[in-house]
Amino acid sequence: MADVAVIGRPQPARRRLKQPSVIPGFGLTLGFAVTYLCLIVLIPLGALVAWSAGLGWDEFWRLASDPRTVSALKVSFVTALIAASINAVFGLLLAWVLVRYRFPGRRLLDAFIDLPFALPTAVAGISLTALYAPNGWVGQYLSQLGIKVAYTPIGIVVALTFISLPFVVRTVQPVIEEIDRELEEAAATLGARRWQTIIRIILPMLLPPLLTGYALALARAIGEYGSVIFIAGNIPHVSEIAPLLIRIRLEEFSYAGASAIATVMLAISFAMLLVINLLQAWSRKRFGHGA
Amino acid sequence: MAHDAAGSARRRPVTTESPAVRVTLILVALAFLALFLLLPLVAVFDEALRAGLDAYFAALTDPDALAAIRLTLLVAAIAVPCNLVFGIAAAWAIAKYEFRGKSFLVTLIDLPFSVSPVISGMIYVLLFGAQGYLGPWLRENGIEIIFAVPGIVLATIFVTFPFVARELIPLMQEQGTGDEEAAISLGASGWKTFLYVTLPNVKWALLYGVLLCNARAMGEFGAVSVVSGHIRGLTNTMPLQVEILYNEYQFAAAFAVASLLALLALLTLAAKSFLEWRYADELSGGRRH
Repeated sequence: MADVAVIGRPQPARRRLKQPSVIPGFGLTLGFAVTYLCLIVLIPLGALVAWSAGLGWDEFWRLASDPRTVSALKVSFVTALIAASINAVFGLLLAWVLVRYRFPGRRLLDAFIDLPFALPTAVAGISLTALYAPNGWVGQYLSQLGIKVAYTPIGIVVALTFISLPFVVRTVQPVIEEIDRELEEAAATLGARRWQTIIRIILPMLLPPLLTGYALALARAIGEYGSVIFIAGNIPHVSEIAPLLIRIRLEEFSYAGASAIATVMLAISFAMLLVINLLQAWSRKRFGHGA
Repeated sequence: MAHDAAGSARRRPVTTESPAVRVTLILVALAFLALFLLLPLVAVFDEALRAGLDAYFAALTDPDALAAIRLTLLVAAIAVPCNLVFGIAAAWAIAKYEFRGKSFLVTLIDLPFSVSPVISGMIYVLLFGAQGYLGPWLRENGIEIIFAVPGIVLATIFVTFPFVARELIPLMQEQGTGDEEAAISLGASGWKTFLYVTLPNVKWALLYGVLLCNARAMGEFGAVSVVSGHIRGLTNTMPLQVEILYNEYQFAAAFAVASLLALLALLTLAAKSFLEWRYADELSGGRRH
């Protein structure tokens, strides 16, 4: 932009593909980036689309509506929804506590929140299984209460809660940091009780980032594989998740079956993300705050 | 406050909750984190050392475990530099120029994060597997990709694809093009401008991206397990070795290998927090606490 002003050329036309710049390397860097993107991401994902499209509608529907597939998809989506909801509540609470309160060990705790991003999923999986197995540290107390966690769908929820924990915290946290305290003071001056300020002033501001975090947690939980397969028990129709069924189909060399499940999974998760994006756009307009 | 000194000493500020509420919320948060984060981490090391230190080191020096460690290092040593070069190129193109379709490109770069790990591995099987599009051709020419190291590298590159780019793009966009334009107009070449002007500006963000990329590359399980074939000593990475040992009920050995990965995670977290604390101004906006 600066060079345009200096040289005194007219502003570049809007139709132009690229605005002029004195910095070299546009062709090289964009060319490399796009080629690499195509080779690693777009062509392989295209192979999935091509494979599903090649099945034809009837065959695709037959594979996708197979009872075991439908159960697996249901298990994956329901457990992911529950885990993301748990994290919406506790993530909001954690973000609030980490930003607003001062207590010893707060910074350490803050750094620790990202553990699920850093810890390999297989490690999380076997560790959670050891904890929640009937003889594990947590499982033994739960089994006295008659609650079985490991090798049931509850175990899946536990694993998914673990791996998607940081998303809500990390999206809500910066927004809480930026809340103008004067808004809260004004509300208090005008006679609002603290809980009224929180419900009517603060929560609406946090709704857009909360939805973003929820969507990210959900997307991650739906596709999760490594941490779940150890704790789930993997019983078809009960605790078998969709990604595991994809892997089973691939091992049977049924690429068609695997493609059908993968396509349905991607389609449903993109649809859910779209809905949440729309909700988020609506709440941003309604409450006038960006995430 | 001055007009009511006696009353305000006991009255809390209007922008915070009562002490009882505060303590309750902090305790709930601590309990949740202890149950969901701390306990699983402690359990890894407890289970790993349950059979004693000798068994622990014996498990780690087992030939198959050593082969898995070597393969994990090799895969990360290929995948991370590839994505590093891509991240720099993409960030340069996106941050230094205005062109059409830019935001679409940014969306596409993030795409691998929204694909399930199993699907990330599977797409390469559909391309290169025995019945995949290129399978017959590859077999005729004796090239092995699936159930071999190249497939593992490809799947790892896919799942770690956005890490470096997404750290660099927002930071370089924030920094603008002024420095580079000055360098170029003073006669520096493109490469010199990059090496002496741009790179020093983004080096900590670059390191941050590489740290996260490396942690994921070494720990990836789902995508790699689809393409690996689990051939002992040949195509098992550390996370796959953990799975095999666990499924054979060799729990202490499984947790011993897992404890190495947990250590890597802790080191990554420590380095990442250090960068956030020490070089906050030189990381992209979202990383500054």
